[in-house]
Amino acid sequence: MTAIYEIFMENAAAFMQATTVTLKLTFVSLLLAMLIGLVFAFFKISGNRVLYGIAQLYITVIRGTPLIVQLMFLYFGIIKIVVLPAFWAGSLALAIHAGAYIAEIFRGAIQSIDRGQMEAARSLGMSYPLAMRRIILPQAFKRAIPPLGNQFIIGLKDSSLVAYLGVAEIYGTALYAQAENFQPFETYLVAGFYYLVLVIIFTFLVNKLELKLNVENGGDAK
Amino acid sequence: MIKIKGLNKYFGSLHVLKDVDFAVDKSKVVVLIGASGSGKSTLLRCINFLELNDSGRVEIMGKNIDPKKDDLNKIRQDVGMVFQHFNLFPHKTVLENVIEAPIFVKKMPRQEAMETASYLLEKVGLSDKAGVYPCQLSGGQKQRVAIARALAMNPKIMLFDEPTSALDPELVGEVLLVMKELAGEGMTMVVVTHEMGFAKEVADRVFFMDDGRIVEEGPPCEIFNNPRHERTREFLAQVLN
Ligand SMILES: Nc1ncnc2c1ncn2[C@@H]1O[C@H](COP(=O)(O)OP(=O)(O)OP(=O)(O)O)[C@@H](O)[C@H]1O
Ligand SMILES: [Mg+2]
Repeated sequence: MTAIYEIFMENAAAFMQATTVTLKLTFVSLLLAMLIGLVFAFFKISGNRVLYGIAQLYITVIRGTPLIVQLMFLYFGIIKIVVLPAFWAGSLALAIHAGAYIAEIFRGAIQSIDRGQMEAARSLGMSYPLAMRRIILPQAFKRAIPPLGNQFIIGLKDSSLVAYLGVAEIYGTALYAQAENFQPFETYLVAGFYYLVLVIIFTFLVNKLELKLNVENGGDAK
Repeated sequence: MIKIKGLNKYFGSLHVLKDVDFAVDKSKVVVLIGASGSGKSTLLRCINFLELNDSGRVEIMGKNIDPKKDDLNKIRQDVGMVFQHFNLFPHKTVLENVIEAPIFVKKMPRQEAMETASYLLEKVGLSDKAGVYPCQLSGGQKQRVAIARALAMNPKIMLFDEPTSALDPELVGEVLLVMKELAGEGMTMVVVTHEMGFAKEVADRVFFMDDGRIVEEGPPCEIFNNPRHERTREFLAQVLN
């Protein structure tokens, strides 16, 4: 017990610093992933077979291969094309990974909105893009919040793999520390604790947001 | 106002509208009746191009419309539609539902849109509900908001697809009342309904559809009292009992 406490105190500064890196990685990659996800969700519902095929291929490959393989492959691929710091290359790779899952979340949410909404909007003279932007997407985003929150939590934990690109986020910091103090058990326990706290805080925030949107929009009835 | 000639519509191999001829003059109210699946909704939706016909002509306000060339968004601004299930925007208040299209489609200044909306909400008897969300309304109130929302675009034609079918019986009257007022003001209307009382009282002409065809048409007194066609007689016997 005291050993754990000691490791915790000794590395507090490093882990706090690492926590900000983990958070930045998570937010940057997931923001990008939402953008990617939205684009590919539109590809899937576009009715265009080529776009649909591209989206389907992307999603199949991402879902069908391990993240660590994608991360390494994309990292070495990306740095061949552009010189990027490990943090940004890692964020980009994480975004491409999460984007596939988020595309499916958005597609599902958009398609779950009653057809009558689009028809009512079009019958008022709205163009398809306007109806999407003003009527369908706001409702779809709201429905996507619970699965998106889930994806955020997965993304937060997945960001640990970027340690292997040499980024000093939480897991990377633990890797480094345990090699120095020869107490891997205690060090990884502390690292896990940081992730757990972040996930708990995040879950709380998502629940609050969901509740707030529900009140604002007066529920989900027609 | 509306002139349809030789219209055919298929869903895959299903022939849903068969050589339909249909015309509505300005300020007239036409009621479409017929059994479920006879193609009433589809015909209505061909008038504002939510469905595109496979052959035949659709003329709106004297203009033959070619869906490939003409701007359908522009045409739909003149053809309002009211749906069986209201289709109000649940994430917007009553007022926001009504001002949405005038502001974003017509580019009307917000102030002006709000004034029009207040006037329309008063007209349908819902001034006090401007700030609430659709989920807090009764079915009849929702449908009246939907009518106000369509009217906010200042359409020349209004289409109603079974506007009272999803309502509790005691709420039907308030919606029909608004529709009667609208008819009285000279709105050109096409109404699909099972409310035969409304048809008798308000319609200038009644069209009876059966299996994708318009089998019979005429003034309501003729259709209801002297139906010429066997199918019309059977249908009326069914709905009037
Ligand atoms: N989008 C669609 N795809 C395939 N078939 C359709 C579609 N819409 C309607 N149909 C079919 O076309 C036929 C006519 O449908 P329509 O909705 O026009 O009938 P209706 O007279 O309005 O019936 P109801 O009184 O039940 O509303 C039906 O057989 C229906 O199943
Ligand atoms: Mg119908």
